[in-house]
Amino acid sequence: MGRAEVCILKDLCKGCGLCIHYCPRNVLEWSDEINVMGVHPPKVVNKKECTLCNFCSLICPDLAIFIKEKLDAR
Amino acid sequence: MRGDLGMKDETISAGIYFMSGNMACVEGAIAAGCRFFAGYPISPATEIAEHMAARLPKVGGVFIQMEDEIAALSAIIGASYAGLKAMTATSGPGFSLMQESIGLAAMTETPCVIVDVMRGGPSTGQPTFPGQQDVMQAKWGSHGDYEIIALAPSSVQEMFDLTIEAFNLAETYRVPALLMVDGITARMWERVVIPPAEEIKVNSRKKPRVPPDKYMPFLPDEDMVPPMACFGEGYRFHVTGLTHDELGYPRAEDSAVQMRLVKRLCDKIRRNAEKIVRVDEVMLEDAEIIIVAYGIVARAALNAIKRARELGIKAGLLRLITLWPFPEKNVAKATEGSKAVIVPEMNYGQIVREVERAVKTVPVYHFPKLGEEPHMPKEILEAIVRCGSL
Amino acid sequence: MSIAEHPLSKYLRTELMPHIWCSGCGNGIILNAFIRALDDLQIDLNKIVVVSGIGCIGRIAGYLKLDSFHTTHGRPIAVATGIKLANPQLEVVVISGDGDLFAIGGNHFIHAARRNISIKVICANNFNYGMTGGQSGPTTPPKAVTTTTPYGNIEYPFNLVHLASAAGATYVARWTTFHVGRLIASIKKMLLRRGFSFIEVVSQCPEMYGRYNKMRSALEMMEWFKRASVVADFSDPARAEITSDRIVVGEFVDAEKPTYEELLYANIAQTTIKRT
Repeated sequence: MGRAEVCILKDLCKGCGLCIHYCPRNVLEWSDEINVMGVHPPKVVNKKECTLCNFCSLICPDLAIFIKEKLDAR
Repeated sequence: MRGDLGMKDETISAGIYFMSGNMACVEGAIAAGCRFFAGYPISPATEIAEHMAARLPKVGGVFIQMEDEIAALSAIIGASYAGLKAMTATSGPGFSLMQESIGLAAMTETPCVIVDVMRGGPSTGQPTFPGQQDVMQAKWGSHGDYEIIALAPSSVQEMFDLTIEAFNLAETYRVPALLMVDGITARMWERVVIPPAEEIKVNSRKKPRVPPDKYMPFLPDEDMVPPMACFGEGYRFHVTGLTHDELGYPRAEDSAVQMRLVKRLCDKIRRNAEKIVRVDEVMLEDAEIIIVAYGIVARAALNAIKRARELGIKAGLLRLITLWPFPEKNVAKATEGSKAVIVPEMNYGQIVREVERAVKTVPVYHFPKLGEEPHMPKEILEAIVRCGSL
Repeated sequence: MSIAEHPLSKYLRTELMPHIWCSGCGNGIILNAFIRALDDLQIDLNKIVVVSGIGCIGRIAGYLKLDSFHTTHGRPIAVATGIKLANPQLEVVVISGDGDLFAIGGNHFIHAARRNISIKVICANNFNYGMTGGQSGPTTPPKAVTTTTPYGNIEYPFNLVHLASAAGATYVARWTTFHVGRLIASIKKMLLRRGFSFIEVVSQCPEMYGRYNKMRSALEMMEWFKRASVVADFSDPARAEITSDRIVVGEFVDAEKPTYEELLYANIAQTTIKRT
C-alpha cells in the first residue's frame, strides 16, 4: 500500500473549487497564494486522509491536479 | 441501368461513346481517380448522382446520397481529408447552400471538385431550363477573401476532359475546383473519345516529405501550396476553419497571421494564374469584332463568326475555358486593336463585367439571353453585323 | 509546473494549454474524461479522428493531439460521415454542443443516426450558446433566462436521448459532468462498439447559463446535477426528463444493427469489377 502524493499544477488552476468541495476526505483547502490566473489554487492540508479515490483529478476541468501513488521503501 | 452505356467493365473504358455531358463528367471523374461522391438530387444535375451511384461501386468507390447539399459538400471535404478524391454535383439552389462549405474548403485547402449544372434562377427559377447565371457566384459566393478555380465546358468531350482537369487543378493547388456548366452542355448527347488510361494525365496532392513530428500542415512550399497529409497516416494534425497558423492552430486574434494566410490563399491562385488559365482563340489575329463567350454559347458563337467571315466581317472568338481566375491578360491581349467586343451570356450580365474590366480601350457590348434557348448563331451574327456597322 | 507534468499530457497539444474555457466549465471535465477513456483503452492514436463544430466545446479538437477537424457550425457530423466512409478503419468521434448538433446541425444528426453509421457523438449539453454570450438553444429549459429570452424561455426543449433513440441511434446514454466515472465507462463502451453512438453530457456553463439562472458557480450547477440525478438504466428515453428536480441519467439504448459502412462496403465488394 502506498502513500498518496497529491500533485497540484498551481498555474493551471482557475479556482473553480470543485476538487476542494468534492474531496470525500477534506484533503484540500483553498490556499492563500494567488497564481498566474489570479485565483487561489488548492493546497493539501490532510495528505494522510487521501484514499487515492482520484475524484479530484477526474473532476478537474483544467487537468491541474493528479494523484501519484508513492510506494514506501521498506 | 445507367451504368451500362455499352462500356467494358473497366475503370477507364477506352473507346468512343455517345453519351450525355453529365455522364461524360462522371467518366472523367472516375478516370481522374475520384472514388467518393456525395450528392443530393437536383435538376438538371441529378443524372450525375445517378450515374455515380451505378459506376462508383464498380470501381470500389463510395457513393452516398446525403440529406441536403450542405451535407454533401461537407462529406466530400471529410472524404478528401481522409485521402480520397471527392466530388459533388448540384445546380443553382444547391450551389447557394454549399457556399459556406466552399469557404471552409478554401480555408482548409481541401482539394475537391464541385459541379454546378446551371439552370434558370434566381431561387427556384426554371429547374429544367439552362442558364449561366451562377458564374459570378462561383467566384464571390462565400464570405471572405479566397480564390477558387472554375472551368466552363463547351462540349460533352470537354465535360470528360475538363472534369479531369478540375481534379488535377484541385489536387495541385489544394483548392475547390468548380465545373460551371450550362444545363444544355450537361444534358446534350455527343460523341466522346475516352483515351486509354496511360494517356490520361492525373495529378495528386503533394505528400509530406518530413516525419510527423516535423510536419507543419499549412507551411507552404515555394509554389505557395502546403503538402497534404491525410487523417490516419500518423500525422495527427489539426484543421480548423478559424484563421490559423502554419501548424494549423487557431490564431483568430492575430492580425499578422490573418494577413499572411489570406494573402497566401489568394496568391497561390493569382500568382499561378498563367499556369492555370486556358482559353481557345479562333480567328483572332486580324479580328475587328470579337466575341468573348463560354459554355454552349461559345458553340453558337463559333458558327456565327464563321458566317460573319463569309460576309466579309473580320470576326473572331475568344472562348473562355477557365472562368476563374479570370483570364484578364488573355482578354486584354486578344481584344487589343479590335473595334468591338460582344459578350453573349445566358444571364443578365456577369462575365461581361470582368471583360469590361480587362478591356480598357474598346467598347464592350453585352448580349444577354435568358430562358430555354441559348443564343442562336443567327442572333450572334446579327449582333456582329450591327456592331460592324456602328 | 506545467501541463507537461500531467500523466495524460501525451493526449494534449500542451503548447495550446491552458485551454480557453472558463473556470469550472464542464467542457474541461469532458476533455479530462475523454483522454482517460483513450488511455484506459490504449487506443491507437493514429487511427482516431475527432471532429468538432462551433461553440466552446468545439475548441476541444484543437486541444487533443489527434487528427482533428474543427468544422463550420452544425456540420461536424456531415464531415465525419465523409471521413468514416472514405476510411472505415478510422474511429471517428464527433464532440460538439447542443446548439451545433441539434439546432443548425439537427438534420445531419438525425440522418446519421438513421443510417447507423459508426460515428460516435459526444454532446456537451449546457442548455445555451455559451461562446456567443449565453443565448437560448434547443435544449434551454422552459422559463430559463438567456440573452435572447430575457423574459423567460417560452419554447419546449428537446429531450436529446429520446430524439437520438427515435432517430435510430444504437447506443444512447446521458450522464452529467458529475458522473465522471460513468461517463468514462460510457465513452469506452462507445469506442469499442459499432453503430451510431450518442452520449449526452449535461454540463455546466457557470459564466452564462448558470449566471443568468441563479447558479452562479460551477459548484452550484454541479450540486444541481448531483441532487437531481436519477440513474435509470434502460428506462424509456421518452421519459428521461431534465428539470430542476430531476435529471434522468443512464444508458438508454444499446443495440446491434448492421451499420451503414458495413452495408456500403458489402455492396461495393459485390459490385466491384473483378480484374483477372
